[in-house]
Amino acid sequence: MLLRRREDLVCQQVVELVSDYLEGALSRSNRKRFEAHLRVCPNCTNYLEQMRATIRATGTLTPDDLSPEARAELTDLFRNWRGEGS
Amino acid sequence: MDPATENDVELLSRLRDGDEAAFVTLVTRYNGSMLRLARTYVPSAAVAEEAVQDTWMGVVRGVDRFEGRSSFKTWLFRILVNRARSAGTREPRDLLLTDDSPAVDPSRFDAGGAWARPLESWETDADDRLLAATWSGRLRDALGELPPRQREIVILRDVEGMDSGDVCDVLGISEGNQRVLLHRGRSRLRAALESEFESRGR
Repeated sequence: MLLRRREDLVCQQVVELVSDYLEGALSRSNRKRFEAHLRVCPNCTNYLEQMRATIRATGTLTPDDLSPEARAELTDLFRNWRGEGS
Repeated sequence: MDPATENDVELLSRLRDGDEAAFVTLVTRYNGSMLRLARTYVPSAAVAEEAVQDTWMGVVRGVDRFEGRSSFKTWLFRILVNRARSAGTREPRDLLLTDDSPAVDPSRFDAGGAWARPLESWETDADDRLLAATWSGRLRDALGELPPRQREIVILRDVEGMDSGDVCDVLGISEGNQRVLLHRGRSRLRAALESEFESRGR
């Protein structure tokens, strides 16, 4: 690692570029540097996979629901609105 | 037609005619997502419910103004964000990007910026572990603890699955700002899951 070329990224830089990489927002040259780093760095490869796993897991969260009272009130509001409109 | 598969445009067309079933179907489809998003802006679940109700009333009154240039969901969320923002008290917008904390704790790196110790792979059983109820509980907590600007974007992008253009449209921010906030938010969630894994062991 000591003989790293000037243009090589270090891990601490790579973790800050992960989102831009996943968003397709890196310039062509930065994407190449990013991918070149991943090819030789199992830790950053794991990091990228952890980020992807985090995103997948976030996508499985189910939303809370309105309370039954709020839903009933909403339906009442709708009926009132329709009553006014007609 | 099965209400679960009827598309938003068809439902809106029936809503314009005052069809209550169409209204209920739309509410059922979106209110959970709206409630979660609204909670980002307001101090309590009750105030969030009010913002959601208020939004639906805005929808039924304004349904004739919906022109279909964006998806219904984008239009709906934009109304919600406007209402919830005015109902809630939150930091001024110019504090948007003041969180410049790093994605990973600097102590994890050596002086040369390389990982100081190996990073665990989650790959083998990632799905099983991440989807287990206990992990989703931790993830839900971590999401709730994100700074509001980061939370709203993670919710829209990663929970709701909206694309970045729609999210920028809903929130009125640039793609660049959105990416920065998304990066901070996702990085914090990853760190939360990692600390959970480490504290429980494999």
